[in-house]
Amino acid sequence: MLALSTLTPFTSALEYRAEAGVESRYFIDRGAQGQARHHPAIHLGAEFWHSLNRGRDLLTFSPYVRLDAEDSQRTLADIRELSWIHVGEGYELRTGVRQVYWGVTEGARLVNIINQTDAADGPDTDKTLGQPMVNLALEHGNHMLDLFLLAGARERTFPGEDGRLRFPVAVDSNQSRWESSRGQERLDLAARWQWNRYPFVLGITAFSGTAREPELELDPDPTRPRLTPFYPLIHQAGIDLQATQGDLLWKLEAIQRWGGREDFHAANAGFEYTQVGILDSRVDLGWLLEGLYQSRESSPATPFERDILLGWRFAFNDLAGSEILASTILDTRTSERVVSIEGRRRLGNSWSVAGEIRYISGTPEPQSAGAFLSNPDTRYTLRPLSRDSYGQIELSWFF
Amino acid sequence: MRRIPPYLIFLTACLAGYLSANVTAADAIAQGEHIARNADAQLRGYGDSMVDLAMELTGPSGQTATRAVRVQSLETEDGEYTLMVFDTPRDVAGTSLLSHNYRARDDQQWLYLPAIRRVKQIGARDKSGPFMGSEFAFEDIVTPFYEKFSYRFEAEDDCANGACWIVERTPKDPYSGYTRQRVWIGQENHLIHRIEYFDRRDSLLKTYTAQDFVHHSNKHWRPGQMQMVNHQNKRQTRLIWSDFRFDSGLSDRDFSQNALLRAR
Repeated sequence: MLALSTLTPFTSALEYRAEAGVESRYFIDRGAQGQARHHPAIHLGAEFWHSLNRGRDLLTFSPYVRLDAEDSQRTLADIRELSWIHVGEGYELRTGVRQVYWGVTEGARLVNIINQTDAADGPDTDKTLGQPMVNLALEHGNHMLDLFLLAGARERTFPGEDGRLRFPVAVDSNQSRWESSRGQERLDLAARWQWNRYPFVLGITAFSGTAREPELELDPDPTRPRLTPFYPLIHQAGIDLQATQGDLLWKLEAIQRWGGREDFHAANAGFEYTQVGILDSRVDLGWLLEGLYQSRESSPATPFERDILLGWRFAFNDLAGSEILASTILDTRTSERVVSIEGRRRLGNSWSVAGEIRYISGTPEPQSAGAFLSNPDTRYTLRPLSRDSYGQIELSWFF
Repeated sequence: MRRIPPYLIFLTACLAGYLSANVTAADAIAQGEHIARNADAQLRGYGDSMVDLAMELTGPSGQTATRAVRVQSLETEDGEYTLMVFDTPRDVAGTSLLSHNYRARDDQQWLYLPAIRRVKQIGARDKSGPFMGSEFAFEDIVTPFYEKFSYRFEAEDDCANGACWIVERTPKDPYSGYTRQRVWIGQENHLIHRIEYFDRRDSLLKTYTAQDFVHHSNKHWRPGQMQMVNHQNKRQTRLIWSDFRFDSGLSDRDFSQNALLRAR
């Protein structure tokens, strides 16, 4: 039977939707520091919203909870959104905790800086933490301008001692330090201007404040070695550009960052090409090719220095909405590579099942904690993860 | 009197034949375009609209699935804006598609992925693939402007309720999934009753039929049901349109990229 929704954009009732999921991650090997092979977790997310004044005001609340059976540091309770959006004449004022996405490429999230990354979720996660803010959005013709006042900075989540996909010594977030004299409480500024001129969409971004990406400092306490996050004050300018030409999308992201251990620049550029109905089937195939570059030499925090991303996205266009994304990231300077295969399909109207395989190869065995502390390998940046290849299955219920 | 050489007679006959054939072809084009323009005008002038769309998908071995979508549209000076918000299936609930369709230039489309709050501009080619796994492509759902095709009047035929014209139309858009379409247009109401879609190899791919036309606010005729049967893969999709609302006071503001971020 059809469940026809009667919701409209002008509805005044309280609406919600929610998702509950069970995930199971199996690693091929035991952890380099003795961590378990099987890591089950559950998560629950919801969004409640209420629209007022014929859609001129919108209240949204999105809580998110994750419980990890092995790694207590991966357990998380967060408010992703608790916001009031007011729509005025030619402007929007968005106040409260929100999530904002900037960027166009698939390889790295270079310009995306408003929200803190939920790095404990997984190695290439898109998940972020809610950020308190006031955001004035202006839209006029082909121009969009977003001004942000960001109230305080969130700490990045990291896998703990019992977690996988981490350095030979764990990050201890209880020891976090901040360059700002106001610590975590600083008011930061950000802005984005977007210009639409078909086939181009150009974004210019600016950020000034506490870095989202901490510098990880080695704490050589011999009784309990660990990494402690240090959040420097930075300025960052960014550009994102997409050209849309029929079945071909050209993409570019680039940033320059000042502050912290060293100034650096980074870029991610490439294209996505879609073939509709390959081999006379109803399957669409998207081709991804992107190059990633960054000038930074000293930091082990990001593995993308001079890498190539190759990807194939299959959309089966069946009743179950089946999709597969196969991709590989190749380090052009070493033999390091990550191969990922992600797939998902619906089960009926309210369930879905997703699978993921991530295989890391071409890198030496992880360093011992001692070796990592005294002389971390900056050439093989994936080395800490060389025993962390895994498969994952996730079952989700939407209600 | 000198005899006219036979070759001249032959040449004159050829020329006359060529000219008259050309005139007929030109007539067929003009007539086809005239009919299509009237059919287009019949659907325009609505200002803005909101409607609920239910899709019933039937697979090759009879399995079924449903989708529910809220659709709002706005007429603009040089085209039409459409915002679609998906309610079911539940795993894509909140996903929204914004389209700016223009009479005389390329259309633009943006997809909003609520899980990561990302707006993605998507390519024109995406509109020719199956929409939400159905037998409709996006280009079949949003009524295209008559300027997007070239026309040729074909014949007259009987329709469910009265006489129809059959007009052949050829998409100008290189990213369309079709070589041509045969369109049945009612002579009395100028509404499209039936369309045959021909794939890139020019073989019959799908047949569209519209039913249950309703005269909303005594001004706007809209079909209550649309059926698409795919002859090549034996699947079909039924679209059920309900709760049409016109003149809700929608404006540009409700169809901007910022509006897409607000769509729930």
